Amino acid sequence: MKVQFSDISMRFGAMDVLQDVTISVEEGEFLCIVGPSGCGKSTLLNIAGGFLSPVMGTVTIDGDPVTGPDRRRIFVFQERGVFPWLTVEGNIGFGLFDLPDEERQRRVAQYVHLVGLEGFEKAYPRELSGGMKQRVEVARALAVNPDVLFLDEPFGALDSITRLQMRSELLRIWRAARKTVLFVTHDIDESVQLADRVVVMSARPGRIRRVVEIDIAHPRDLSSRRYIELRDLIFGEIGLAHQV
Amino acid sequence: MSRSRLLPLTGILAAVAAWQLGVSLHPSSLIPGPIAVARGIGELAVRGLLVKYVVASLFRVTWGYLTALIVAVPLGLALGLRRRAEAAINPVLQVLRPISPLAWIPIAILWFGVGDLSAIFLIFLASLLPLTVATMNAVHNIDPVHLAAALNFGIPLRARITRVLVPAILPQLIVAMRIALGVAWLVVVAAEMIAVNSGLGFLIVDARNAGNRYDLVIAGMVLIGAIGIVLDLLMRRIERLDSVRWGYAAE
Repeated sequence: MKVQFSDISMRFGAMDVLQDVTISVEEGEFLCIVGPSGCGKSTLLNIAGGFLSPVMGTVTIDGDPVTGPDRRRIFVFQERGVFPWLTVEGNIGFGLFDLPDEERQRRVAQYVHLVGLEGFEKAYPRELSGGMKQRVEVARALAVNPDVLFLDEPFGALDSITRLQMRSELLRIWRAARKTVLFVTHDIDESVQLADRVVVMSARPGRIRRVVEIDIAHPRDLSSRRYIELRDLIFGEIGLAHQV
Repeated sequence: MSRSRLLPLTGILAAVAAWQLGVSLHPSSLIPGPIAVARGIGELAVRGLLVKYVVASLFRVTWGYLTALIVAVPLGLALGLRRRAEAAINPVLQVLRPISPLAWIPIAILWFGVGDLSAIFLIFLASLLPLTVATMNAVHNIDPVHLAAALNFGIPLRARITRVLVPAILPQLIVAMRIALGVAWLVVVAAEMIAVNSGLGFLIVDARNAGNRYDLVIAGMVLIGAIGIVLDLLMRRIERLDSVRWGYAAE
């Protein structure tokens, strides 16, 4: 077991945000957490990342309780997490402060290549598109070779075409690097396209309604009957009639 | 010459022409015209006072301003990061802020006597408060996501300051530095009128006292204005650096 959430409850003031959430995440698994907005899915991820402490319950990673942020487990925000005062290179190398220069440059070049940003090494974020900034952030996270990645609606601010491209990029990178990924989204299609398992949460206070295993091999055919079945199952679980 | 340079130049020439015209129409005003003032500047140059006074004024501003910067940035960072320290110290800063730096002149002379140190102290005071308050506010405006990311990567405290905190506040700090430098330049002139016997402020008072040389008075004013604008232009150049441009509205 890589990440274990045990009976997590969270409260902000008088408001119950999470109630008795228990999830086990396998090493190398891609887990999506979906739910209506305000259901506490982002809070759950922040607890796992060590940025918040739950009022009850524990999160353990490799058996050790999470007590704070840790560079073995990197949180990827929407693209605004990129440091605007550093170049692409500067951002990707940010976490590699303890490496000798030569090794750092080698590693930065490797991850620039991985996310396809060759030629933009010296560019500043304000010169990049939203999708490119998101790649910088993913590369910055991967460069420190973490074993868990937390992604909090990472593609939420992108246009729909870029979002689709970024999903297949992320899958490609995930297959190559085999990190454990916890991915929070409110986009049900996104979760069915990406995840090994989808955790469906209820409205606030967030509880686990159901865990859906996505038993479709990659690359996934988005018009296959199984895909549509699973997607509609999750839509139904959240209580949305799948009609406009 | 491009239009963007031509227009400001035209404005200045028109102002000088209007000045000359006004002086010619009203000789009784006793105000010297631009030509007499230019001659006055020439006279100062020949007597070796031009360079001497400009250097004296810049020397005081440099020391007062840099000392203020060295104190204000760490102080502002500390106050911005520690809400409790801010709650205790901010009221003191706010009470001191509306007091004109010139009100400190008697105390400056009491402590440091007549001389450079008094003038430097006044410039230090004048720059310190705006720089401290601006740094503190800039820290409050840092995007929490950037602080969280810095924590997540576990970089050591020193690097967190130099690679995240300082660059994050720099765009706002530079604006405050520009304003503070302008204030410092205003204050040095006033301080030199009272506390020392060199510099451009002293030139103005001395030229009047020693024989109503209004051409030299205005020469001093023109030099103050010219150097002030050069300092401001230099500060504006810093705003164009790649690592801070993100902090300003898109061009």
